[in-house]
Amino acid sequence: MNERGYLRRKWTNKIILGLCYTAAGIAIALLLIILGYTLFKGVGSINLDFFTQGAKPPGEVGGGMRNEILGTLILVALGSVIAIPIGLMAGIYLSEFGNSKVNATIRFTADILAGMPSIVVGVFAYAIIVRPLQSYSAWSAGIALAMIMIPVVARTAEEAMKLVPNTMREAALALGITRWRSVVSVIVPGALTGIVTGIMLGVARIAGETAPLLFTAFGSYFGYKGLNQPIGALPLQIYKYALSPYKDWQQQAWAGAFLLILMVLVISIVVRWISRRKTR
Amino acid sequence: MVQAKVVQTGILKRWRHWTGAGDKTFPKLTLVFALVIVALLVGTIIVLGIEAVPAIRKFGLSFFTSTNWNAVTEQFGALPAIYGTLVSALIALIIAVPISLGAAIFLVELAPNWMRAPSSFLIEMLASIPSVIIGLWGLFVLVPFIRSPIESWLGGHLGFLPLFQGPPFGVGFLSAGVILAIMIIPIITAVSRDAMQAVPDTQREAMLSLGATRWETISKAVIPYCRSGLVGAVILGLGRALGETMAVTMVIGNSYNLTDSLFSPGATIASKIALEFSEASPGVPVAALVELALVLFAVTFIVNVVARVLVWRMTALKAGK
Repeated sequence: MNERGYLRRKWTNKIILGLCYTAAGIAIALLLIILGYTLFKGVGSINLDFFTQGAKPPGEVGGGMRNEILGTLILVALGSVIAIPIGLMAGIYLSEFGNSKVNATIRFTADILAGMPSIVVGVFAYAIIVRPLQSYSAWSAGIALAMIMIPVVARTAEEAMKLVPNTMREAALALGITRWRSVVSVIVPGALTGIVTGIMLGVARIAGETAPLLFTAFGSYFGYKGLNQPIGALPLQIYKYALSPYKDWQQQAWAGAFLLILMVLVISIVVRWISRRKTR
Repeated sequence: MVQAKVVQTGILKRWRHWTGAGDKTFPKLTLVFALVIVALLVGTIIVLGIEAVPAIRKFGLSFFTSTNWNAVTEQFGALPAIYGTLVSALIALIIAVPISLGAAIFLVELAPNWMRAPSSFLIEMLASIPSVIIGLWGLFVLVPFIRSPIESWLGGHLGFLPLFQGPPFGVGFLSAGVILAIMIIPIITAVSRDAMQAVPDTQREAMLSLGATRWETISKAVIPYCRSGLVGAVILGLGRALGETMAVTMVIGNSYNLTDSLFSPGATIASKIALEFSEASPGVPVAALVELALVLFAVTFIVNVVARVLVWRMTALKAGK
């Protein structure tokens, strides 16, 4: 065999595989750098005031994001309350009742909806809710967030219920239970871990969303004033503070980022832990 | 047990009658909820279409060719925003595609077994970091780094190209592209990893038994086999890059102009909407921004459909259909 050709092949192989290792290294390093930097900067900026105080005007030292933390909790709760029933029922339909043609359409729309830019969702929510009611509101933001969460819940619920073995369905029917009862008391409980995983993924996703809140929740200096009033949210405040020229506010942006990232991190790890336990 | 059941038959009969009705209505009820998803998508198209009418009527096609965005004279053109969106997404793809494909090859072909799941998890974690936090990090860490050394080096060595001329601002197309690259690496990696995993092992074994090296096996037997899945992955990443808002708005500098230089501040469709929508006065200004949203929606719609079809073909292949 041609010795030089052999060497060339060998070295091409080594170099390109080496580049693949590097690429994977870069991808992982990016996560560690961003995560590490945010946690490091944030942990130095966070203190008790951050959780107990409202926003202060620039120049005044201190202040915190109490109102925004509460606001994010309210918005996520609103989004979930709307999205979970719709997503779960849609998932049940896709997994248990649909025929293949309708299923294909609905799955397809769900995928497109999931890929829709979140800023477009914000514009849509503004057009159908904020403008007719003449006010920014927590409601409109909750609905915008739900719109992002629904496809996530629907698709994961569907996948989870499809994993429930058919023998369970047959066993339920053989006991004389009607189909809808078997769905409610056999299949959904059987797929519960998967469904909960999907809901948690959805929560992690909407908790950090900012773009759909810009012209729905809008932000507020006064804390919670009702669901039909503007409301502050953690990611909105991080955005506002990050672009401000005040060192104090920028510090608070890092503290907010710390809290937000910690939440998302914990959810991701718990989800992974649940789904790993399931596969064992 | 059995006896108890028999005793209850009477009650059960009535219950059965009841639940029989449930069996008719429950599937329909779930269908109604499933159709909410379709309604949301169709509703978005209709609402955006109607809201954009004043702008569509006033500017027609000149909306896509004009570079003007003047709220006072109510003259609106989308060209700089469209240009900025495409340029930043292109930069993102140029950076992200090689890294993602390399990482996917690592995950599927090279990584020792114990490393696969943890590395996959770490790369996917990157996708779950909220956009606004990536933007915050980008603004305070990446942008200064891009300003110098990256932009000053590029300006010094490749400054004869119009792309790399002008003062190094830091904020601008280049920073936006790099930030977008970071944000789409996880999705491209994950989808192309799945595509490569769908390639049957016989394909690899045949190539290796012919005496091929690992790379020859990957490039001649694995990649061609899952090509449509890989292209789908890249297009899916493109869709993300086009629609990404917060991080880009924070690092692109937000100036509305058409320029060759990648160092220059710019705007994307999404950043333009994010910055101006809540302050735009009703009538034509709002309609122009809604038309921008409609354009963004249409483009990402097409991109996502193409990506889905390609990825579906790949998974159908795996299922042996």
